[in-house]
Amino acid sequence: MTNEKSNPKEGPPKQSASEIFLEEISKPPPKQRSRWRGIGQAIAIPALAVFTGLLLGAVFIVLTSESFYAAWSISPIAGLKEAWDIVVTAYSALFVGAIGSPKEIISAIINLDPEALREALYPLTESLVAATPYIFGGLSVALGFRVGLFNIGAEGQIFMGAIFAAFVGYSITGLPALIHIPLTFLAGALGGAFWGFIPGWLKAKTGAHEVINTIMLNYIAFRLSDYLLTGPMQRPDSFNPVSPTIMDSAKLTRFFDDPIRLHLGFIIALGMAWLVWWFLFKTEWGFYLRSVGANLHAARYAGMNVPLAIILGMTLAGALAGMAGGNEVLGVNYNLAMAFSSGYGFDSIAIALMGKSHPLGVVLAALLFGALRNGATSMMLATGIPIDIISIVQAFVLVFVAAPAIIRTIYRLKPPPEGEEGIMVSSWGGD
Amino acid sequence: MTKKLFSLLAILIVAAMVLGACAPAATPTAAPVEPTAVPTEAPPEPTEVPTEVPPEPTEPPATEPPATEPPAVFKACQVTDTGGIDDKSFNATAWKGVEEAMAEFGIEGKYLESQQQTDYEKNLKAFVDEGCNIIITVGFLLGDATAAASTTYPDMMFSIVDYAYDPVLPNVLGQVFTTDEAAFLAGYAAAGMTKTGKVATFGGIQIPTVTVFMDGFALGVQYYNQQKGTAVEVLGWDPATQTGSFTGNFESKEDGRTLGLSFIDEGADIIMPVAGPVGEGTAAAVKERGNAWVIGVDADWYETVPDYKDIVLTSVLKNMNITTKGAIQAAMEGTFAGGVIVGTLENGGVGLAPFHDADSLVPAELKAELETIAAEIIAGNIPTSP
Repeated sequence: MTNEKSNPKEGPPKQSASEIFLEEISKPPPKQRSRWRGIGQAIAIPALAVFTGLLLGAVFIVLTSESFYAAWSISPIAGLKEAWDIVVTAYSALFVGAIGSPKEIISAIINLDPEALREALYPLTESLVAATPYIFGGLSVALGFRVGLFNIGAEGQIFMGAIFAAFVGYSITGLPALIHIPLTFLAGALGGAFWGFIPGWLKAKTGAHEVINTIMLNYIAFRLSDYLLTGPMQRPDSFNPVSPTIMDSAKLTRFFDDPIRLHLGFIIALGMAWLVWWFLFKTEWGFYLRSVGANLHAARYAGMNVPLAIILGMTLAGALAGMAGGNEVLGVNYNLAMAFSSGYGFDSIAIALMGKSHPLGVVLAALLFGALRNGATSMMLATGIPIDIISIVQAFVLVFVAAPAIIRTIYRLKPPPEGEEGIMVSSWGGD
Repeated sequence: MTKKLFSLLAILIVAAMVLGACAPAATPTAAPVEPTAVPTEAPPEPTEVPTEVPPEPTEPPATEPPATEPPAVFKACQVTDTGGIDDKSFNATAWKGVEEAMAEFGIEGKYLESQQQTDYEKNLKAFVDEGCNIIITVGFLLGDATAAASTTYPDMMFSIVDYAYDPVLPNVLGQVFTTDEAAFLAGYAAAGMTKTGKVATFGGIQIPTVTVFMDGFALGVQYYNQQKGTAVEVLGWDPATQTGSFTGNFESKEDGRTLGLSFIDEGADIIMPVAGPVGEGTAAAVKERGNAWVIGVDADWYETVPDYKDIVLTSVLKNMNITTKGAIQAAMEGTFAGGVIVGTLENGGVGLAPFHDADSLVPAELKAELETIAAEIIAGNIPTSP
């Protein structure tokens, strides 16, 4: 390759535009693929990635269990049996912790016992609660990818969203919930949008790369929240970095009695996923944004307002991430405290990649991550396996989704026809 | 097509795994492992065979069930904050207390790590469902969640490290510490040991549980100056204006190293970092430059950070393990009551660690003075906070 570049004379003969054109149209038309096969293709890689990730996670679980080594020293067969037992115990606890025990759910339904049903459904609803910020965050990063922007700043935008939402949530009093809830939620979106607008504007006007700028803005947002929580936004009667509790009228409605924490935010998240899909694929502006993401130069040549598309893309991505932050404050935590998020924004990058930057894919990936995160608590409780193993599983899943060739090689899948694998970020290093 | 076949196969495998994982869930996972060995003192001597129901002897051991039932082991459960169980700070120290209680009383101990704020409430509920007898929570971040849980589960006993409620909650024991008393001693010792006439301290984030160390340290140096007529300078904290140096986080060892290097460049030769694991970076900086010491905080760094034990002068101990163990013991003995327990120099809740390897370098006179000052602080004759 380098030779060809440095010495163009020895490279393949240059083709004229008409030759390329002729070659293009003489290609056989791509085969019409059925809708279902397309979906199967889209799901196969992530599903196999998850499966392989769990498998490798199991290897880690076994290799870090002392009882495995003890059994192995007796005999390899005992060791293997022990390994099997460890993995089954761990993953069944993970499953029950994430979905709930089917037995309990069924018996509660049969007995028509609402309290037992709440307890039985609690793990499932907790998974949905855990998935909600991931949906918002994943949509944010996915929208960025569609516009050819790599939004690493989701975490900072989440913090800004949380700050704005918390402030409006506790400082405005006397509003009815019907007004206060949308107001605070929008405040969260506004905070994130503001934090997304800055790198978008910088990119559009000065060409400053959004990756660098969003990373830097993350730090500014973290430190800003530290400052606010130890100063202006600190709870008046406290010396600790915790904001006042938000007003009851700003709390997102919960659908069920305690202990179920499932709240309105989950529905809003699903609505947002639909809205993002509609915007990207059904509106003219969505088409502009996707065109800029697919090929910035072509879009510019076609007369599209590229800077505006970049600014709009980053601002909307920021707004979605800001909603993730607002959602956590208004739906679950009811205050803003230091270290309230430990990386929703960064996990969101994985979710967007796994969901192939499609809103539906993002929702599914977010549900999976939420379920894994939530189930991990039960796994830790039952077996003492640290929650960190879930991060390892997530990392493996991400590697396999990002490098589908590995999965194709392992499972002997055929590569998809050319052009099927969408390019996520076109702007990296170029332009 | 094979592709189709493989995707089908993949779905089948996943389904099989899920179903397989599902099936044995009904079997009890909580197999009691070793505690069967514990109740050696259970069977009262006079009776020949432990018959179950009628307790003929009027002795108390009715609570000790025979082997037919699994023994109800006392469970102490700890919810960490987002720092995690191995933060070399309060989560780790509190867990040490649980471990000590496990070894001493033969109880069961469990912990759950919180990844983010939403986990606090969830983990507390998980422990209540698990049948824990006492739940230990760590740090102000869990303050609201613990208070809420104490109302939801009024029969559960809670103890929260480094936090207290005003007014007190009937089933929550807050553990707070007069760390300034121990830090005062460290400041005095540092002033006595410095060769450059400059010592330094810095914090993670400006919150009371951090600045209380820095206050004590700075006042200890001031006291030394008063007594000896010296002018040892404290970099990084001014107790009068409550301003100083902070890394802004409790994570970045690199920040600790950078700040450590800049203090050394300014001439300090003893540094006390009050920032959890950040301090390890400072220790690295001190080791890099040489001719300087660090003073550890929370735990005895000579033991917890052995890589740097040759440059640890001493440590300001915040013995959360002792108060945590005490809370567990009170819960076991039925003497548990909500309120506040204060760890002081007097009751051993805080203290100054031994000098260990540095012991031979510390003048005997200074050691004697430290003991006198400690007695004076306990007596209330020396103020240790501004």
